[in-house]
Amino acid sequence: MARTLTINDQEISAAEGQTLLEAARDAGIYIPTLCHLDGLTDVGACRLCLVEIVGSNKLMPACTTRVQEGMVVYTDTPRLRAYRRQIVELLFAERNHVCAVCVANGNCELQNMGIVVGMDHVRYDYLFPKLGVDLSHERFGMDHNRCILCTRCVRACDQIEGAHTLDVLGRGAHSMIVHDMNVPWGEATTCTSCGKCVMACPTGALFKQGSTVAEMVHNAEKLAFLRAARERRVWNV
Amino acid sequence: MTRRVVIDPVTRIEGHAKISIYLDEAGEVRDARFHVVEFRGFEKFCEGRPLGEMAGITARVCGICPVSHLLASAKAGDDIFAVTIPPAAEKLRRLMNLGQIVQSHALSFFHLSSPDLLLGYDSDPSQRNLFGLIAQHPDFARGGIRLRQFGQEVIELLGGRKIHPAWAVPGGVREPLSAANRDYLRSRLPEAFATVQSALAFFKQYAETHAEEVDHFGNFPTLFAGLVSKEGGLWEHYDGYLRIVDSEGRILVDQFDPRRYAEIIGEAVEPWSYLKSPYYKPLGYPDGAYRVGPLARLNICSSMGTPLADAELAEFRRRGNAQGIVTSSFMYHYARLIEILAALERIQMLLEDADILSPRVRASGGINKLHGVGVSEAPRGTLFHDYEVDERGMIRRVNLIIATGQNNIAMNRTVKQIAQHWIHGATNGIPEGLLNRVEAGIRAFDPCLSCSTHAIGQMPMVVTLIDSQGRVIAEARRD
Repeated sequence: MARTLTINDQEISAAEGQTLLEAARDAGIYIPTLCHLDGLTDVGACRLCLVEIVGSNKLMPACTTRVQEGMVVYTDTPRLRAYRRQIVELLFAERNHVCAVCVANGNCELQNMGIVVGMDHVRYDYLFPKLGVDLSHERFGMDHNRCILCTRCVRACDQIEGAHTLDVLGRGAHSMIVHDMNVPWGEATTCTSCGKCVMACPTGALFKQGSTVAEMVHNAEKLAFLRAARERRVWNV
Repeated sequence: MTRRVVIDPVTRIEGHAKISIYLDEAGEVRDARFHVVEFRGFEKFCEGRPLGEMAGITARVCGICPVSHLLASAKAGDDIFAVTIPPAAEKLRRLMNLGQIVQSHALSFFHLSSPDLLLGYDSDPSQRNLFGLIAQHPDFARGGIRLRQFGQEVIELLGGRKIHPAWAVPGGVREPLSAANRDYLRSRLPEAFATVQSALAFFKQYAETHAEEVDHFGNFPTLFAGLVSKEGGLWEHYDGYLRIVDSEGRILVDQFDPRRYAEIIGEAVEPWSYLKSPYYKPLGYPDGAYRVGPLARLNICSSMGTPLADAELAEFRRRGNAQGIVTSSFMYHYARLIEILAALERIQMLLEDADILSPRVRASGGINKLHGVGVSEAPRGTLFHDYEVDERGMIRRVNLIIATGQNNIAMNRTVKQIAQHWIHGATNGIPEGLLNRVEAGIRAFDPCLSCSTHAIGQMPMVVTLIDSQGRVIAEARRD
């Protein structure tokens, strides 16, 4: 059953059960995201897609909020823009993001988001945590300095490959992406070396071994293709 | 009363430095020091990074000569991969390095130093710069700016950008050269040749009429070091053997694999500068002082290997001592112009080479050695990148020896020599023209201090005690 709602003063028709993010995108309304990836379930982790819903004091993540009849939603208010910029600044301040020498320079969703939200500088002190680089896997590497904890790799490994090699250890800013029971990637026995986590990564945190600066391209859209092809049984086998 | 004259900052060089001149009671120059007060930390923060990123990271050492670091780093990576890169990749790397030499030398000569030469050391300092030059000698300035632009275009058309192209990688290069870009570069060559040839004519005449500068701008015997081609000992800029000659033309080191540099080159540290002082170990510190860069490369090579540059080399050597060695640092300017000419001739040859458009430009490889050294000639001299990695290609140790550091001892002597010649009985300050000559003496080396102060934070990590005979008598290591 269709639902009618208003986004940014524009009347929208959406399918029942759709998220606000899906409905907005179908209507051509852009809402910024980092932890959302087509083909994966949403977790509302990055908070970039927060929207204002009339009648609610709380800001709601568009990626995990379902449409309701008569909803009145604003996606691009001064308050939201200020929060979004703040979120991106905090991501940059939390770990060591050095675009100039990053393998994903020019192909990075975090870098692009900095531009989208107008981040001309970071107002917070950088934390400069001492984090490692895991090169123990034969084909891929993981640089925790560049990880924004979006968990797209965790969900790609679990929901598309079905291996669930990756998971999250710890809480808050101290969380770390780990392999199996927190072993070096190369020793993770459940890893199939499929590379879907690398495709899913929005930054240079996951990369192909030997990548040089600005050389890493992720191809995240392949994951949505795999998911859709599997669900619709497009292959005749 | 002992007085100290401080020139701070030294202008029209790459980076920041300070010169102290120590005067005695009579106002005569007792000593002079060239302090480098910048500090970087590259060798330390590269530790723990994957090898593949090193070319991109170390290119950021410098915005003037990123290509030099890119190539030395890629070569260190080739060494760790233990691969021979495709022939086209080597030619393309050479092409980019030649473009780098043209643009950097043009910057040094036309933009930074020619205001002194054309407008005069004693001219108004507010006009003694590129803009004053444009006002008074517009054709000369335009030619120089366009010559530098040509060098930058070589870099941009190969690497996709003029500054910090992440193009040379372990195993080769990332992109080949297109036919359209080759043709464009060819079309730019005639103007570039004309510009450097007119600059050479100007400089030769200038040197005739300014013997005082030639004789006192760092004119003293030292060793000269650099790469020469493996066959024939020709002028070399990318790969070859290390050769060291003295001011009498005696060859002290030849046919020496530069990857073994640590056997013959030591690095001394002085408490008054962040810039290290490399020296030739068998002669000790500071007697083992050597110079690198254009002057050294012209002094050590058997010939330039191209006709126009060889004709100029013959003239250059006639201005040297009986053995044809030119010892005045002022002649770095002259050597720089001859190198631009040689680079243009070689660019022309490479652009006519059938291999230059080959798409086979990158060898794949893995971690096959745990230690690799890449050595090439940067515009300012021999550049060493020395990496140790673990089995997974993670950087464990980095040592960089930069051209400017190797000229450190000579630069200090130059400052002292100029100060002693031009400053006498100073009581109420020193005239601007004299101060500028001291700066210009440094500028003749075209020092790049941002490059050369890459050292780690808690230096010195290794303390070497060297006695007056040049013998190392103690060494302390702090890990």
